[in-house]
Amino acid sequence: MKRGRCGPVLLLMWLGVLVVLLASLCLGRYPVSLQTVARVLISRFVPIARTWDPTVETVIWQVRLPRALAAALVGAALASGGAVFQGLFHNPLVSPYVLGVSSGAGFGAAVAILLGAGTAATQASAFATGALAVSLTWLVGRSGRDRSHVTLVLAGFVIGSLFSSLVAGAQYVADPSTKLPQIVFWLMGSLASVQWGELLRATIVILPCLIAVTVLRWKLNILSMGDDEARSLGENPGVMRFILIGLTTAMTAVSVAISGVIGWVGLVVPHMARGIIGPDARRLIPASIALGAMYMMLIDDVARTLTMAEIPLGILTGIVGAPVFILLLRRSRSDWD
Amino acid sequence: MEQSRLSVVDIRDVGFAYGEAKILHDLTMSVGPSEVFAIVGPNAAGKTTLLRCMERVLAPQTGTIRIDGNDLKSLSAREVSKRVAAVPQSHTPAFPYTVQDVVLMGRNPYLGAASQPGPHDVDVAREAMEELGIGGVAARPYTQLSGGQLQLVLIARALAQEAQVLLLDEPTAHLDFRNRYLVLATIRDLAVRRGLTVIMTVHDPNDAMQYADRVGLVSEGGLIAIGTPDKVLTAENLGRLYGIPIDVLTDGDRHVIVAGTPS
Repeated sequence: MKRGRCGPVLLLMWLGVLVVLLASLCLGRYPVSLQTVARVLISRFVPIARTWDPTVETVIWQVRLPRALAAALVGAALASGGAVFQGLFHNPLVSPYVLGVSSGAGFGAAVAILLGAGTAATQASAFATGALAVSLTWLVGRSGRDRSHVTLVLAGFVIGSLFSSLVAGAQYVADPSTKLPQIVFWLMGSLASVQWGELLRATIVILPCLIAVTVLRWKLNILSMGDDEARSLGENPGVMRFILIGLTTAMTAVSVAISGVIGWVGLVVPHMARGIIGPDARRLIPASIALGAMYMMLIDDVARTLTMAEIPLGILTGIVGAPVFILLLRRSRSDWD
Repeated sequence: MEQSRLSVVDIRDVGFAYGEAKILHDLTMSVGPSEVFAIVGPNAAGKTTLLRCMERVLAPQTGTIRIDGNDLKSLSAREVSKRVAAVPQSHTPAFPYTVQDVVLMGRNPYLGAASQPGPHDVDVAREAMEELGIGGVAARPYTQLSGGQLQLVLIARALAQEAQVLLLDEPTAHLDFRNRYLVLATIRDLAVRRGLTVIMTVHDPNDAMQYADRVGLVSEGGLIAIGTPDKVLTAENLGRLYGIPIDVLTDGDRHVIVAGTPS
């Protein structure tokens, strides 16, 4: 895509985020008109006459808004994390989970649920073990003679499998009538219980990471050329990769902690963004953030409105993600070669 | 010593080893401005290792390499890349960046961690592309180019580094007959026009004969002869270097090197 057309396209994407956010506030088992939504939001800042049912205000302000914002935040984190990892490992098929953060976090959450911990403790535990898994991957990947990024991805696979086994172990010992469904539901991903407090905690970590990744994004182009070329272009690939993996891991682990394991987003969304706006990280990262936020909010809207019961997000992202990815594969082969 | 005043790249007694395996030993040479220097030698003679020492991707265990009088060891990676630009032998694209975006990456040495290429960087990149005749494909994905054009893109990226020294590792390794000529002629041109110090490895001594001002013959990690092509690329020297019978045919002031004995 020509440079001149990218500004408007990015602007359009951010406008789309706003539109989807507003739509998310209207949609639900208790439909609210756009007009009412706008007035409820405005009434928070400007004193206007309250002509609506107080329940409407609770639904919008206490339930839908934190949930939609959390979806946007998680989507942005996973999608930009995927774009970062694909650039770092110069491989379009890696996702932010490739270093084992999701299995690690899954284990922490499962143990916390087994011990009967509350939401906050479960999230903290998930974050801690997610970060631990990636640290282990890093240590294993760096301990061998061959310190290439391929080794790191292989180490991620090994550590991920290890933690998956541990998660299976936790499920095996869990009480099948109470704890097991809880663990399984957590692993499938949901934003149903998100409230302002946890949204705020997640934002404190994810927002600075998103900003830092955005600021550093041009270096991703350099790193995607491979270590040797990055070095001869005056970059220190080891240091920059460490920083970017650290940022991505932090925001992915926090995302998994509040939403559970939501697959496919980090893989599909960067590809969509690349198809629309090209591979240059200067535009790809902002586009991935916007599209990720939009995509996740839409998925969450479907999850809570399609049936009477909540559909776990991981199931939906898989069902939507796989066909979308196949479509992308067929359409833009040039993405690879 | 009168030579070192003119030299841009000054290599003294350089030795390099991977563990026990000695790759380079006691290597001394210097190359001046506007000069095309070709390193000729059989596979595994240490040609590429020597280049990688010059761009400080590898650090020699003994000896010194100076660029414009600065010891490479005393420079940061960024400072090195402002003085030495390298064109890799093979390049595997991961993403279909546009030609211009790839060339812009050559500006990295001048950009801090948080900055992005600005209008001046774009100008420098454009100029490099025009100079190499690839301005017309600036907006095309570089994955869709021919081998010869890809090589020119990578050379343009190196030019965008605005470095005095240009290193090329077998720049014609994957090119057909025509592109080989075009790329080598372009490299020659650049050395003259921009006053660059060009050091390249070649595996066909004919490339060195035709396009280099001076040649260094490398064998088993050491320099066995250095000088102008017609003095160094003799049947005797090359025969010893490659261990096969070699003839140098002369037509006026053109020389062609052929391997094997006439049947």
